[in-house]
Amino acid sequence: MYIYDEFDRTLVAERVAEFRDQVGRRISGELTEDEFKPLRLMNGVYLQLHAYMLRIAIPYGTLSSRQLRMLAHVGRRYDRNYGHFTTRQNIQFNWIKLEDLPDAMADLASAGLHGMQTSGNCVRNITTDQWSGVAPDEIEDARIWAELLRQHTTLHPEFSFLPRKFKIAVTAAAQDRAAVKVHDIGLRLHRNGAGETGFEVLVGGGLGRTPFIAKSIRPFLPKRDVLSYVEAILRVYNQFARRDNLYKSRIKILVHDLGAEAFAREVEAEWQHIKDGPLALDPAVVAEIAARFRYPEYARLDDDPPELTQLRKADRRFDAWLCNAVTNHKVPGYAIVTLSLKPEGGAPGDATSDQMDAIADLADRYSFGEIRVGHDQNLAFPHVAQRDLPELWRALDAVGVATPNVGLVSDIIACPGLDYCSLANARAIPVAQELTRRFRDLDLARDLGRLHINISGCINACGHHHVGHIGILGVEKNGEEFYQITLAGRADERAELGTLLGPAVPYAKVADVVEEVVAAYVELRERPNETFIETVKRIGVEPFKERVYATH
Amino acid sequence: MTSPLEQKLKVTGPVVITANRLGDGAVVYRTRDGNWSTRLDDAAVVSTAPAARELLAGAVADGLSAVGAYVAPVQIGPDGRPEPGNLRERIRCTGPTVRCGAPAVAPAITIGL
Amino acid sequence: MPLIKNGRVVADRYVHVLDDAPPPDGIPVIIPAARFLADAAEILHHDASVGVAWPNDRRVAELAPYLDRLALVALVFPTFKDGRAYSQARLLRERYGFRGELRATGQILRDQFMFLVRAGFDVLDVAKPGDVDAFPSALKRYTVFYQAAGEGRTSAARLRLARSSVPITRGPEFATSSELGASLAGRVSR
Repeated sequence: MYIYDEFDRTLVAERVAEFRDQVGRRISGELTEDEFKPLRLMNGVYLQLHAYMLRIAIPYGTLSSRQLRMLAHVGRRYDRNYGHFTTRQNIQFNWIKLEDLPDAMADLASAGLHGMQTSGNCVRNITTDQWSGVAPDEIEDARIWAELLRQHTTLHPEFSFLPRKFKIAVTAAAQDRAAVKVHDIGLRLHRNGAGETGFEVLVGGGLGRTPFIAKSIRPFLPKRDVLSYVEAILRVYNQFARRDNLYKSRIKILVHDLGAEAFAREVEAEWQHIKDGPLALDPAVVAEIAARFRYPEYARLDDDPPELTQLRKADRRFDAWLCNAVTNHKVPGYAIVTLSLKPEGGAPGDATSDQMDAIADLADRYSFGEIRVGHDQNLAFPHVAQRDLPELWRALDAVGVATPNVGLVSDIIACPGLDYCSLANARAIPVAQELTRRFRDLDLARDLGRLHINISGCINACGHHHVGHIGILGVEKNGEEFYQITLAGRADERAELGTLLGPAVPYAKVADVVEEVVAAYVELRERPNETFIETVKRIGVEPFKERVYATH
Repeated sequence: MTSPLEQKLKVTGPVVITANRLGDGAVVYRTRDGNWSTRLDDAAVVSTAPAARELLAGAVADGLSAVGAYVAPVQIGPDGRPEPGNLRERIRCTGPTVRCGAPAVAPAITIGL
Repeated sequence: MPLIKNGRVVADRYVHVLDDAPPPDGIPVIIPAARFLADAAEILHHDASVGVAWPNDRRVAELAPYLDRLALVALVFPTFKDGRAYSQARLLRERYGFRGELRATGQILRDQFMFLVRAGFDVLDVAKPGDVDAFPSALKRYTVFYQAAGEGRTSAARLRLARSSVPITRGPEFATSSELGASLAGRVSR
């Protein structure tokens, strides 16, 4: 956990007071909607189809049980008893009133939560690996760097009115769980030949209308330089990106138009001026931040305690869940447990206030009071003693978050789509729900192996459809919902954009087409453990296309 | 941003003016007497561009009651009442097509293995 | 529009000289960038203060050779959502050491005051007369700043380090916010 001190608390409280004043001025008519909109957006407040929506940041996906209870409270008191976890370590409430927002934010602030910079043309919530600090494959805890960057970019006097939104992600593990290659800036902590740790700096990744995989502009940046280098990138972006066209103002377009090398030269030139200035990181500052990430006092335990092995033998359902939702931990005798927010027929990423309260209680009992939020719209308990897994499993199941489908075909990522979002062209949630019904058979799902379906209700790609193994994009054609299907995208360290399967299909046919694609994969795979993306990579989309469009 | 009044208005059938209420974001419709109502039944229905423009001008001028006013298509039902003219407007009018919140707890381990 | 300088409304001493007109004798002038660059030597001979109105899509490095002879640079925010001039302001102050008047023009609203001052502007050409009175409160809105900029406020990171090396005798919350408040008040009345 990152422990807020009085500086953090004061700033968040001052932000709430400022927003209360801004809401008051809007309601009194002192501010027009045009003037108010950017201000409310910078506090995470959207106006959606039916109501205002509040997006709250969960920095680097780490929540305390107290914070999760506060989210439950906000859902209950100001909304309709549920929230929606997004793909960027945020949670959204869909039915909140403008008049109530200052009070809701004050409540959130009391638990160190806020909506600052979760929208608007500024640096958004900085995301990272939801398993940071406990993942065996990380070289250090990426959250320290995310927190340093979070502080540096919060209410930044130069970069609060950027050409467009700006998303930064950090990873420190071999396996990229933070999708750094589809961010405006991706920072990958790694060790160089000399054994020092530093960052590979990637820029210009992003999805939306014009998707790009990020380009590496610096293979190794010493850690002391991370703030100055990010500052240089932002300064080049702020001054030179297009502002005349909303669709061309992201950094990916600037990097593409200039070329990655020319862009890198601009950044390096800017950076030379500032690298040894006040932004050069003082190790004491880093140590101070690092010291405020507290780790639990783990007990000395052995891996695979007998109670675990016994129940695995006795109960196939437990064994299935354990194989699916439980991951290795850095510390012997402990495990990371993923809580699936993808039950059959559910809206991906939704949790009720009651569920949040129950999960918070379980986190206190089994995970040192800590919960993580991942970009896959699931939650995780980062510090579970393996001997507690049987009890925890039963408890999680009673809450409805033990579906053993993590990373499988029914673990679908979806944006809110046209059911909520004013930008959407088509619905996403009912498509996801139907697919979870089609793929309810978990034996089949396990046989299919890793298969990520991502659904976006419009080209803005909040459901990351371009990087889904199967991507589904809702479009509107003559007033009807149609869906484009792409295959073999991926968001990890080998990120790639999916390939279009063929013409868009109507709403009523999407689930059939996806089933057809999956059936084709089962027939076409070379061996049972050739994954879906490996098969598509090997044979291309043509065989899938032939099969799908022959039958439909 | 272009004001809604500067945009070209193409009206090919019955339309209403809709927006979101400032205080709570609720979907509202412009009424004949220059107020707002949460009921589509109360909406002023017009079917020519000049009439829609006039209605919209009044709605936009009232930026303190409602936000983001625009012209939305409706169909006139058999009973003579306006109905939403497209899917987006239907969802705005009647709410999400999916149940709010996560479904009631459905223990996953009951699913066949 | 009212000009705010050091928290007070002041009269504008400058006149804007449109492209071809000769600068009026003895009166401070603001010259458009293109004309200034075309004729800098001549214009700098003007017998009163010279300022330049600089567009937000031109590198301020071009102004660097003249900054020590310029009394004013006016940067522009065509809309308050266009934040290019924040970068220009910081570069002028922090890189090129400009000490003259740095004026923010265009759509300057109270919700930007703090950002503008922190970026180095000392004169704000305020778009709404009603926002003038809000200046002192807008500048007191925040007492904690996570990052340092050239305008002198200390970052939270530095204050934390200072705190950890010097024991705090008062309650930590009050200690920090009142200390910060004091330094801020000093700046406002400067």
